[in-house]
Amino acid sequence: MRLDIRDLRVSYGGIKALKGISLSVDEGKIVTLIGANGAGKSTTLRAISGLQKVESGAIVYNDENITGMPAKEIVRRGIVMVPEGRRVFPDMSVRENLLIGAFLRTNKAQIEEDLVYVYTLFPRLKERTWQMAGTLSGGEQQMLAVGRALMSRPKLLIMDEPSLGLAPLVVRDIFSIIRRVNEDGITVLLIEQNANAALRVAHYGYVLETGSIALEGPGRDLLVNPSVQEAYLGKQRKKDKKPQEAK
Amino acid sequence: MGTFLQHLTNALSLGSLYALLAIGYTMVYGVLRLINFAHGEIFMISMYTVFFGLAIFLLPWYVIFILTIVVTALLGVLAERLAYRPLRDAPRISILISAIAVSYFLQNLATVLFGGRPLTFPQVPLFTDVMALGGVRIPRLSILVPLIAAALLLMLTFLIKRTKTGLAMRAVARDYDAARLMGIDLNWTIAVTFFIGSALAGVGAIMWGMKYPQINPTVGAMPGIKCFIAAVLGGIGNTAGAVIGGLVLGFAEIMLVALWPALSGYRDAFAFVLLIVVLLVKPTGLMGEKTTEKV
Repeated sequence: MRLDIRDLRVSYGGIKALKGISLSVDEGKIVTLIGANGAGKSTTLRAISGLQKVESGAIVYNDENITGMPAKEIVRRGIVMVPEGRRVFPDMSVRENLLIGAFLRTNKAQIEEDLVYVYTLFPRLKERTWQMAGTLSGGEQQMLAVGRALMSRPKLLIMDEPSLGLAPLVVRDIFSIIRRVNEDGITVLLIEQNANAALRVAHYGYVLETGSIALEGPGRDLLVNPSVQEAYLGKQRKKDKKPQEAK
Repeated sequence: MGTFLQHLTNALSLGSLYALLAIGYTMVYGVLRLINFAHGEIFMISMYTVFFGLAIFLLPWYVIFILTIVVTALLGVLAERLAYRPLRDAPRISILISAIAVSYFLQNLATVLFGGRPLTFPQVPLFTDVMALGGVRIPRLSILVPLIAAALLLMLTFLIKRTKTGLAMRAVARDYDAARLMGIDLNWTIAVTFFIGSALAGVGAIMWGMKYPQINPTVGAMPGIKCFIAAVLGGIGNTAGAVIGGLVLGFAEIMLVALWPALSGYRDAFAFVLLIVVLLVKPTGLMGEKTTEKV
């Protein structure tokens, strides 16, 4: 599994959302893309998963150019996105939501197997298997969205703002799930505004600023990088740091 | 008692026909958020197909019925492909106007091709014979129509609730992007929706023709608009609602005529009054859910 994005450009009308970004995702890694609102994070993900038309550049997956392929073909190749805001199907049961994740698969026995896997990953979903997804809490819906994506047996799991709008405790759960899924062999590309949590969990990170990659490096390095700290982690530079109060 | 039974079977069969057509409106609304104003004209073309098959080419009725259903279904798919799909990302009003255009196009095409003079829908004795039931004479059709409609509705319910295609249709109706991210083919699913909705209109047209055997290029307009009302009455987007809306409208119309014969001239107006009342009192319809607008 290897994903390479080369000089990707996307425009909405006349507005350039991505001005030629390049990035790579290696097998077995968690890679994160951080940046402010409107930096182009979601656009990048939508382009990879085939929801967004690309102006120029290439998205190469395992030596195959998948740029401009229909979303269905991209899912078939093992790239699956958990969309921002979860987007579970509210009037379907938890079970139906999970089964729809396996839409392109036909082997019933394998699907049942994966259902068991998802239920062990998220016991809460098993308890609520017949409940309508719309009645779940935000955190449970996020778990369902992740579970639904896993049902397609992805090789690359793309997550768009999984912590958005969730309580801090639930956010911690979500990040531990990301780690767990990654340990089970699934490569993860993660987008977050919660840069702190994302960089802690990620092997490698990219910082996106108004459509271009501003910085890249291992997660730990970016976490201590002064300009990242200032812009995304809410910390001030050392030179004008005031004495901090004890917490 | 005898006349009441007659009114009852009449109401039930008219209601079932409305239901079959209303489902087409509601299904298309579900996946496209579009009132397919061409639905009534697809229904009309379907009646002409039966006429030419039976009266001109003298094909056996079962061949022509199947052929008609297929032709009607494909016509629905074609309308979607040519007139709606290119406008899917356009503002919703554009696709609505396109639907009105398709409707008038088909009406005028039928006038040019088949002429404006009314034709008589051919009779199929198996369906149109009159039989005696409990002392009253009832056309066999009045019994068959509700039965056929019920069978089709059961099949449709099974398709929507239990099959992969149905799952895809429900997902597309709720959220395009999320459905695409599951690997669902949007174009295919929408085409299938048009196919099924139009096929049901085809069945409806065949039975309508035997019940009201007159064909002209605007024959689909009134049933079309009434079934749209039935779909709104039941809660547009909701299949069960469309069936209930169709039955309610059918019963209301027949009973109005039966109980107050003096008002029978207002039969069509009554449907529109019903629409206005529904929109004022319960805009979501009888079974309507509060749908969150798609983003």
